[in-house]
Amino acid sequence: MKYLDEFRDPQLARVLLDEIAATVTRPWAIMEVCGGQTHSIIRHGIDQLLPDKIEFIHGPGCPVCVTPLEMIDQALEIAARPEVIFCSFGDMLRVPGSRHDLFQIKARGGDVRVVYSPLDAVRVAEANPGREVVFFGVGFETTAPPNAMAVVLARQLGLANFSMLVSHVLVPPAMTAILSSPVSRVQGFLAAGHVCTVMGTWQYDPLVESFNVPIVVSGFEPLDLLDGVRRVVRQLEAGEARLENAYARAVQPQGNKTAQAVLSDVFEICDRQWRGIGMIPASGFRLSERYREFDASLRFDVGDITVEEPKECRAGEVLQGLIKPHQCEAFGKACTPRTPLGATMVSSEGACAAYYQFRRLEPPKEVAVHG
Amino acid sequence: MCLGIPGKITDIWQDRGTRMALVDFDGVTKDVCLAYLPDIELGDYTIVHAGFALTRLDEASALQTLAFFTDLGVIEEELGGAARPPLGASDSTGGTGGKERAS
Repeated sequence: MKYLDEFRDPQLARVLLDEIAATVTRPWAIMEVCGGQTHSIIRHGIDQLLPDKIEFIHGPGCPVCVTPLEMIDQALEIAARPEVIFCSFGDMLRVPGSRHDLFQIKARGGDVRVVYSPLDAVRVAEANPGREVVFFGVGFETTAPPNAMAVVLARQLGLANFSMLVSHVLVPPAMTAILSSPVSRVQGFLAAGHVCTVMGTWQYDPLVESFNVPIVVSGFEPLDLLDGVRRVVRQLEAGEARLENAYARAVQPQGNKTAQAVLSDVFEICDRQWRGIGMIPASGFRLSERYREFDASLRFDVGDITVEEPKECRAGEVLQGLIKPHQCEAFGKACTPRTPLGATMVSSEGACAAYYQFRRLEPPKEVAVHG
Repeated sequence: MCLGIPGKITDIWQDRGTRMALVDFDGVTKDVCLAYLPDIELGDYTIVHAGFALTRLDEASALQTLAFFTDLGVIEEELGGAARPPLGASDSTGGTGGKERAS
């Protein structure tokens, strides 16, 4: 398949691995920000092919995983109402709320529907004028443009019965929070390539400058990830910190200007709770004043839910890169994809689910500690 | 929802003022909204998220990257992995690096 097979070529992967092995002299901890990258790294065994001195710290870039529990509980309360058709991306359905999940609401008779695109939810609203149709708008800068366009179209079509429960999060503020944390071990980043197709790469210049950290925009195929690591390691070994783009076939420095214009019309930046991490200032999108009438949390008055996470779940530490999934006592025992305690075990982009699916069930023999 | 893979645009039409496309992912096809890529054309490759095409893949850049990886292999073979230029002296990301670098 074009643009896919070439970037999985085993011979070129060996070239890049050899180059990295010849360059690395000291231990380095590199964070891949995006859950899609985590999935690809574990699926292809890239972490095991790299020299032992290179450790991946898996980042918080899994939208399902970081959607706050309060927001899941709000979704559950709205979805349980008889007048509501609740539409969501499929991977949100099994995410545990405080007491149950969307699947259980559906099993009890709630009208919960899986959609592939937010436009499908707009069509459901058109076809059901007598019902309230609510779309669960979650995700990073990649799903924000589709969700924003759904709201724009709902207004154009005059759909008073459409609304969105918005829980959007943004990547650069999360990277700032990670770098500012006193317990962070991250020395270089593979930035999330598809987020950059929308937002461009200019957002990362201030991070490189403030924290003197190498950031390499990377794709998702094995060669993309290896080239990202190669570039980060070269910089680290040379004592440099630059922004580089290792995914130039998809990412332009300015990003997608059309999408950015719609985002700044439909959304505004707000503080946002991240599940397992806590509040990160200016790290999310909510609907702007102009589109506030489409805000489901206001329409259904569910703003004041307070919650508590299960104590045995260590997803927060996984999301901050403090532990690997198999270092949690519940991993693979009380917590599996069928009976998840935390959202990181639910989504295909979650680190715990990736470790479980690809049989990384044993803790590592030795956890490298870097100064 | 973020595992975007490349697909080829095989048909384009208007649906109530919105530009839509049929995108072929190696035999699996999907209807995709082109609102964010007004200039994309038939035969182009794109990456799709939640039913929207978000970027046009640049073939020249893809070929340049692959050619650079191939060259890197040739250089390694010739040097036998022993003699290497010192780090930072001349950046071996050159070739693609100069144009790709965003900063």
